[in-house]
Amino acid sequence: MSTVFKKSTNGREGVWPAKPEKSASGYLPADLLRGKSAGLPSLSELDVVRHFTQLSKKNFGVDGNFYPLGSCTMKYNPKFAETVAAMPGFTRLHPVLPQLKGAGRLCQGALEVMYETEQLLCEICGMKAFTLHPMAGAHGELTGVMIIAAYHKDKGNKKTKIICPDSAHGTNPASAAIAGYEVVNLPSKDGIVDPDELAKVLDDQVAGMMMTCPNTLGLFEKNLPKIVEMLRSVDALLYYDGANLNAIMGKMRVGDAGFDVVHLNLHKTFATPHGGGGPGAGPVGVSERLVPYLPISRVEKLEDGQFFLNYDFPKSIGYVAPFYGNFGVVLKAYAYILRLGKAGLIRATEAAVLAANYLRKRLDAHLEVPYDRVCMHEFVATSCKQATCGVRALDIAKMLLDKGYHAPTIYFPLIVKEALMFEPTETESLDTLDQFADDLIALLAESEKDPSFATSAPRTLPVTRLDETRAARSMELTDDL
Amino acid sequence: MIPNELKYAKSHEWAKVEGDVATVGITHFAQEQLGDLTFVDLPKVGATVTAGAEMGSVESVKAASELYSPVSGTVTEVNAALENAPEAVNQDPYGAGWMIKVKLSGTPNELGGLLDAAAYADVCAAEAH
Amino acid sequence: MPYVPHTPEDIRRMLDVIGAPSVAALFDEIPAGLRPKSFDLPEGKSEMDVLAQLEELARKNATGHVSFLGAGFYDHHIPSAVDALSMRSEFYTAYTPYQPEASQGTLQAIFEYQTAVTRLTGLAYANASVYDGGSALFEGAMMAVRHTGRRKLVVCEGVSPIYRVMLGSYTANLHLELVTVPHKNGMCDLAALASALDAETAAVVVQNPNFFGTVADFTALFAAARAAGVVSVMSVYPVLQSVLKSPGEMGADVAVAEGQSLGLPLSFGGPYLGIMTCNKELVRQMPGRMVGRTVDSEGRTGYVLTLQAREQHIRRQKATSNICSNQALCALRALMHLCLLGQEGLTRTAETCIERAHYAAERLTAIPGVKLLSGNAPFGNEFALELPVNAFAVIDKLTARGYVPGFPLGRYYDGLENALLVACTEKTTTEQIGIFAEMLRGALK
Repeated sequence: MSTVFKKSTNGREGVWPAKPEKSASGYLPADLLRGKSAGLPSLSELDVVRHFTQLSKKNFGVDGNFYPLGSCTMKYNPKFAETVAAMPGFTRLHPVLPQLKGAGRLCQGALEVMYETEQLLCEICGMKAFTLHPMAGAHGELTGVMIIAAYHKDKGNKKTKIICPDSAHGTNPASAAIAGYEVVNLPSKDGIVDPDELAKVLDDQVAGMMMTCPNTLGLFEKNLPKIVEMLRSVDALLYYDGANLNAIMGKMRVGDAGFDVVHLNLHKTFATPHGGGGPGAGPVGVSERLVPYLPISRVEKLEDGQFFLNYDFPKSIGYVAPFYGNFGVVLKAYAYILRLGKAGLIRATEAAVLAANYLRKRLDAHLEVPYDRVCMHEFVATSCKQATCGVRALDIAKMLLDKGYHAPTIYFPLIVKEALMFEPTETESLDTLDQFADDLIALLAESEKDPSFATSAPRTLPVTRLDETRAARSMELTDDL
Repeated sequence: MIPNELKYAKSHEWAKVEGDVATVGITHFAQEQLGDLTFVDLPKVGATVTAGAEMGSVESVKAASELYSPVSGTVTEVNAALENAPEAVNQDPYGAGWMIKVKLSGTPNELGGLLDAAAYADVCAAEAH
Repeated sequence: MPYVPHTPEDIRRMLDVIGAPSVAALFDEIPAGLRPKSFDLPEGKSEMDVLAQLEELARKNATGHVSFLGAGFYDHHIPSAVDALSMRSEFYTAYTPYQPEASQGTLQAIFEYQTAVTRLTGLAYANASVYDGGSALFEGAMMAVRHTGRRKLVVCEGVSPIYRVMLGSYTANLHLELVTVPHKNGMCDLAALASALDAETAAVVVQNPNFFGTVADFTALFAAARAAGVVSVMSVYPVLQSVLKSPGEMGADVAVAEGQSLGLPLSFGGPYLGIMTCNKELVRQMPGRMVGRTVDSEGRTGYVLTLQAREQHIRRQKATSNICSNQALCALRALMHLCLLGQEGLTRTAETCIERAHYAAERLTAIPGVKLLSGNAPFGNEFALELPVNAFAVIDKLTARGYVPGFPLGRYYDGLENALLVACTEKTTTEQIGIFAEMLRGALK
């Protein structure tokens, strides 16, 4: 399908406003104006509508396809949340309004949403305070590590290192490095963090440790109480990567367990759609001793019930976002939490863990599961056995695409070879899980007879496998290159 | 695929020493592990490289790896062809896929730290498991 | 329970297959001491009740005001087709396109987005976007730091103060030196910027139009930067980029922008869109996702995420950035917006904004004691007024009467307590400008 630029026809009218009286050269000197036109396309509204409608048909999405994608919690995104985010009372709000004297009264509803969302997240996680500013999970990680750095700086601690277990999320090391820390990788033992291994790398230089719990193998970190104690002994802080919060809502609270910082992924746990890669939202919660370092501004409630933004936190790490984070995404998460309520959130976690364990048991006779014990909301299988016949995790993923399923996460975590990571989520019915298991088992049987059945997949989608080496070498990143 | 006349670093670079100039590249084993290379980042002419220290990097579609100089000295020549044709490293790692030439500054002893073909073959065999 | 489809019978069957006595037993892995001390949340509500509650909150926001607020974030008309198309669930419920065969829609759209934004900035390469204009500016500065190996950033005070404080926060732990070159009556001090460049400088960072709305030509500054081995980073306003001299034409190395003005509602600060483009020399330093064109095994054109070896999931702590998402849906909306308006529509939009702003400036400066902060300096759709009184007080008075007259520059600039930043878009009517002028005249009496 040709690009939208190739469909341009000179003179075709789009959604044009009326012509102004004068052109730009009537107001600005010529040397400040473009010499060469930007060359945006000329298309009718229908041209554009048809182009993007046709493009959309080349995509999988949760509404049309099951996404058992580990680590990403691709649960169903309820439609009413979109209605909320599109309410003009929210979409039309200019972000600088609360910075104007007297104009805070123009956005009380929005400030209340922020305040109440923070309160709810505090209760869900057992933290003292939350900020909604970080605009994605990785951005939350960076914010969290910046808060850790500010804490140590304020206390006069000379700390240079952050520990990242190999079972934690892949972004953690990059986030720690961008915040100025040296990264110490910690190998896991029997799938989880081992206190003896931790002791070998733990010293006074350690500022903190970033954990994912349950970890990327879907296993609960059973040594958590011991780990908390060890870190406290050197005044190191414990960071919780909330990507897997869907496994523990109402079953464990991050703050009660001794974590000092947590980031959440609202686009995972709280059902806001992924949008093909974003926008997300990555709010960060902290324990009491870290509250002074949260980014500004912070939303507060006065005794008269009015809300306002407070910028007066001298120890704050400052601004991580231009305003208050991805407010439109926060709105959807807030609506979702209100809808589910206490029992609904607990039920979501229970059903997610139940579904993961069910799928694990349905598959473990056909795909090896290296840590085949009760998992939380996801589990990791390996296609090592299949790989000996030339069928790799990638090939299994591609076969599933042909069946209309999005592939599980593959080759992650790195500690399992030929990894296939499944997370069915709580929103999929037993029928869907059964059909998926049956289909996957049948595909594995077919590919055992004929590996080329797997290696030549997918065959039914708009394209077959793409030449990624060519893409990287030729670097054709635009239609003009 | 491990030529006898070359010297090797454990980090999978080779060096061919002629007089006080060494030609440097990565081994057949290294290129095979990385897969089809898409980009080679090398030091500029005139830069100083130190034995065992990072001198650049190579990328493939799904991996990236640092390059460590096997020798110390000043870069006198860089294989400019690799900029547009990194596949030369895959196709001919000891020939057209050479990376830099270095005018040696260290003592000849330094080259003693490098492996001969037989010792390097052991390194590869160990890593293949 | 909403959105959980398992019946009691389903649950029993699932537990049987698992071999667990109860759902509770699946959580035995969590040590007893780690059970929650509290989980005091409200009970769930029906969809109807939640919508009613949120409607009520939305009503507490007064959005019926006439607003002259800009400060980098503008209320433009969004064609209806942008909402209709971007709300197709194949786009908005899709995951990151890591499985390209099942994501050609998202991938081709991002490729087209990359093309559109490079045409606007006149630089050859773009990424798939980052969080917002501020993070794009920080990432652009970091590209320069990596490229040059230098650690000083020379930043014009005309760069949005919101972005400059973000830059300060992000660089606090990175041992970088930030040098801010003061503005001159709301104009960039080009001579002072040029003389601040030295052998330690990684980047010179400017914005056009700057925060005060004035427009400049940075060609000579960027040439001086190039001669000194300094990378030029420029932040722009994409709507005006249809008419203003492009970063590419001025010789910038990196151009970034807040993309909100392209099809995204103001939404109280987000989600927005961080646009990043650069020239070939710097493309290897670009953070975040990028989409490239290639062919499939049958020779058909297709699109993939490419150059991933720079990214965090492969490079871990050595990655160019920790960013691992893009604002895909926002980028998609920006592309749709640009396609629906096209070259002519975007140009007309920009020219209408400029025309309205010049009309407003004329009307407002006709009031005794009110003048333009930057005198005769050229401006686009926004300008700074110098009032005879404190701007905060004027804002308070007019806001109470349903007009938000602009942004008080004194909030970020010492000594500019009387300065008011006024923005117009194509949605601003001449009638509104007239009423605003009369109100201001009355308030200053």
